[in-house]
This record gives sequence, structure tokens and C-alpha cells, in this order.
Amino acid sequence: MKEIDELNLPEDLKYAEDHEWVRQNGDKVVIGINDYAQDQLGDIVFVELPPVGESFEKGAEFGTVESVKAVSELIMPLSGEILAINTQLEDAPELVNQSPYADGWMIEIKPSDPSELDALLTRDAYLAMLKG
Amino acid sequence: MNEPLGTTGLVLNEPLLWEKGQKGRCGYSLPKSDVDASPLDAKFVGEGPDFPDLSEVEIVRHYTRLSTWNFGVDTGMYPLGSCTMKYNPKTNERQAAQHGLALAHPLLPGKLSQGALQLLYELEHLLAEITGMEAVSLQPAAGAHGELAGMLLFYAYHQDHGSPRSKILVPDTAHGTNPASASLCGYKSVGIKSNEQGVLSPETVADHMDTDTAGIMVTNPNTLGLFEDHMKTIADIVHAKGGLVYADGANMNAVMGIVNMLDVGVDVLHLNLHKTFSTPHGGGGPGSGPVCVSKLLEPYLPVPRVVKAENQYRLSEDFPKSFGKLHAFYGNFGVMVKAYSYILSLGADLKKVSQLAVLNANYIKEQLRDVFELAYDRPCMHECVFSDKRQAAHKVTTLDMAKRLIDYGFHPPTIYFPLVVPGAIMIEPTESESKEDLDRFITACRTIVAEAEKSPEDLHAAPTRTRTRRLDETTAARNPCLTG
Repeated sequence: MKEIDELNLPEDLKYAEDHEWVRQNGDKVVIGINDYAQDQLGDIVFVELPPVGESFEKGAEFGTVESVKAVSELIMPLSGEILAINTQLEDAPELVNQSPYADGWMIEIKPSDPSELDALLTRDAYLAMLKG
Repeated sequence: MNEPLGTTGLVLNEPLLWEKGQKGRCGYSLPKSDVDASPLDAKFVGEGPDFPDLSEVEIVRHYTRLSTWNFGVDTGMYPLGSCTMKYNPKTNERQAAQHGLALAHPLLPGKLSQGALQLLYELEHLLAEITGMEAVSLQPAAGAHGELAGMLLFYAYHQDHGSPRSKILVPDTAHGTNPASASLCGYKSVGIKSNEQGVLSPETVADHMDTDTAGIMVTNPNTLGLFEDHMKTIADIVHAKGGLVYADGANMNAVMGIVNMLDVGVDVLHLNLHKTFSTPHGGGGPGSGPVCVSKLLEPYLPVPRVVKAENQYRLSEDFPKSFGKLHAFYGNFGVMVKAYSYILSLGADLKKVSQLAVLNANYIKEQLRDVFELAYDRPCMHECVFSDKRQAAHKVTTLDMAKRLIDYGFHPPTIYFPLVVPGAIMIEPTESESKEDLDRFITACRTIVAEAEKSPEDLHAAPTRTRTRRLDETTAARNPCLTG
């Protein structure tokens, strides 16, 4: 497993305490799990994502990710409606390990309260949280 | 013996049955027919199933060879945390194989089944005595089935009191099946975090408990192997809001004859007869997960129930508030016979079983705490939980060390569970192991820790002495091959 200083955590993303990343894209937001999460989970073997059109509150479980070690919940970092899901993950869950910020993205949402974005962590704040 | 337990030896390969045999070969001979041949309607005639043609010796060797690839508790120590892989005394098998019990048919009339019914009746009362509870149903066929029975009892109770509820509190140290059982019964599980001591805080329970919450599911001792010492206070909080307390008794091996579950506020407790009361298990069964309840919940127990009147035993469905039937006939009878045999063999020494199980786990904890990171530094119950935190610097994980234990002749402990401890190594030695065997296990663990520092690559390659090397679990999970 990676040491904290070996982690790839891009500067231009926001991070949630539950290890999701968030990328703002106009009035839409793309969400996935970050390098720390995929590294801790180990080889991911299954990703379960919600149907398009469903809405979730911030903090709600929007899916699960299963690795050889465990099944973990995916937690909404923001409230919003699911606009798209990464259907490629159905057949290629390894994309989350290989490319957590690009090909391994999970959902695209329309935030219902964009001000929630401000409560998310910057790269530095997230790193500080990991270091405890 | 001074040699290490794990060694290499000649192991025979064996193909699938479908790759053996020859057309026309046969392993049985039917007796000569004593009736004339009769034509068969064409609609019953067709291709037979695709079975290989094999001789008797081919079949016997097939299964005998496969058995030599196996590792069981009769082979060696099996410290699989949370699973209570204790030694299963052979007398249990002998009793369960008695023709009167093994060949009893569930459709026989009660008057011809008095012995079997008496055994069920007495086993229920023995389990009530061991746990302190007031009534028992032996129907549930496994632990999770017992959990479901518990949730159905909650549901039936709240319905009967005209106040159906929607939520169940489940701590993060509960068994993983608890939230699933609650969901299956239509409840929404609300996760509760354990405190820095690894147990539940009454305050946290109070914060979450409300009048829409049907109750709480507590595994005690919990999956960290720690005793929930605020159990009574927590039960009081839950009861004060009209809720019920479910105790997952999967870890009962730590507290038999020591904790009176009724006294600490439990309304339903399930037991795993196959674990605590010694039946060979693993690989899917057979199991038995009786539910033990207080008088409050007795009316809702599943039917049929065994009743005794005028020195006769019979099965009765006459319990109008019962939530119904849970299993065909009356559960897994064979497992009940073994549990009955185990309980009668040990008698009052059942308490000693728990004491020794706890002593063994604490011995391992103390002997390994200087090399493995201890998740919670306090006396444990029947199992102790370490992690791979100190080996992380050498890039050696819990999985690597568990695989290496196989080379040394031990079944690996439970790993990566409970989830609250990253890289968890959960060791449950049970009472079965002698001090010599515990010391052998401890020596193997210490050797592996030393290897992690000096030659981590050996651990990444482990196991190396086995017939099959490190399996590709990822590919197996991503592309499972489910046919022969």
C-alpha cells in the first residue's frame, strides 16, 4: 500500500472525508473515489451504481464498491440528481484502480445545493486529515 | 516434535471426474430384476444426464485424493476469528449416527417419535439454562436465519402492540450479516459507531434511539472480541423508548454459563449450535441457529413448537401470535443431536470451555503484542484483533502474512474483518488448543514477522509449500468460472 506522500491527489479537485473526489464541470459535478480509497481497498472487483434520475441527499449511500477485501459504501459528497453513471465499470471495475480520476469516474450529478461544494476539502486539507 | 509443523510431501494430482473413466465403466451393480420388463412411455425417454462412467476404485481414489488437499480442524489449528472452529468431539458424530436418530423420518407420527421430540424439548431447556433466557425455538437453520427470526420477532411484537417501527440500530462492531437480516425483514439499519475503547457508548445509543426504532442488534462479545460492558445501560435506554434488544450470540463461546443474557436486558439471543456447541461447519453448513427469548417475546416464536403434556411430547401449532413457520419440518435435527451430545458430555464444564477459550485468546494477545499492532489494548474475550500497521513499512500486508501461515501448517486467521480495524488479523484459538500448539502458532507468527523485515518478497510469494500457490483472487472475483 502507498505511503501518504506517494498518493496522487490532483490540486484541481475537491475531496470528501469519505475519500470521494469531486470535479466541478459547469453546472454539473463528476464524482469518483480517490487514490487513497482505491489503494486501501485493493483490487476492485465490482462497482454498483444507482439508476440515472435518482436523487440523493449529501451523506447518503449512492452505491457500493467491492474489493477482494471488503464491500464499502459510496457516500454522496453533495446532494443532487444522478445525470449519468460510468457504465464501463460494470465490465471493467479495475478502471477505478488504474485511473481513479479519469476512466474510473463513477457518477455525474446536478447538485441541488451548489453551496455544499464550499464545504468540501482542498487537496491540502484532505492530506492533513489523512495524516491526522 | 521440534520440526516445524508445515512441511512438503508427495501430493497426488487429481482431475475432474468428467476427465476420468471410460464409456461403459460402472461402479455399482443392481440386483437382478424380479419383475418383467415393462415399456416406458416415450415422453419419459430422453438423453440421460451427463455423468461420467467410473469404476468404484476411481471414485474412491478421487475423493480420497481430494481429501488430502484439505485442511480441517482435525488436521490442525484453525484460528479463524469469529467462526469458532473448535474441535468437534467424535462422540457427537457417534450419537447423531445412531439409527434411531439418523433414520428418523419427520413425517412419522408423534407417538413413534417420542425420543426425537424429547431430545428437542430437553435441548431447548438446556439452551435456556445456559443463556438465562426463558424460551427457545430450535427451528432456524443457521446464524443469519436466527437473526432473521429475531427480526421477525421484533416485527411481530411491535405489530401486536399496534406500533410498527421502521429502523434498527446496528453498531459497526456487529456481525456483517446483522444489517442484512434487518433489511430482509424490511427494517432500515442505522449504523452506530463504537467508541475509542472498541465498545458501544450508552450516549451514542441514546442519541440514535427513538420511537420509530424497533430496537438494537448487538453482537456481544463484539467482533473486536471485546465485551460490551455497557450492555445493561444500553438495554435500558432502548427499552425506555419501547424498543427491543437483539443479541447476536455468535460469540457465545466466550461467555457460556458466565453471562445471564436476560439479566443484561436481552430480549432475543440467537446461538450458533454448529460453532459454540461443536458441529463440523464451514463451507455452507449444515448449521443451526436457535433463538432464545424472554417471556415477553415467547408468544411470537415460530411454530411448530415442542410441547410436553402428560409425559408425552408433541409438536403444536396452537400459538395464535406466532409469526409462523421458518423451516421445513423442525430445522437441522442432526446438528441439534450433536449439540445435545456436547452439552451432556460437558455438563457444568461448559463454563470452563468459555474460560479456556478466553484464556487462550489472551495468551496469544500477550505473546504477540510486541510484534503485531494491537487494535485495542484491553483484555479480550475469545478472540484478539491485531493489524498489519507495523509491517506496512516493509510493504507486507495482512494477506501476505496470512498466506505465509499456511506454509507453517496453520489455517490463516480471519483477515480484513472487522472493518473498523484496517488490515485486521482476527485470531480465535478456541479452547481446543493445548499450550504446545498455541506456542507453535505464536512461534510461526513471530517467524513471519521477522521474515517481513528481512525478506518481504518471500511473503509476497507465499504460500510456497502448498500444492496450489497464491491464488489470483482478483481474477476469480472479476471473471468467476462457475461450471466444471
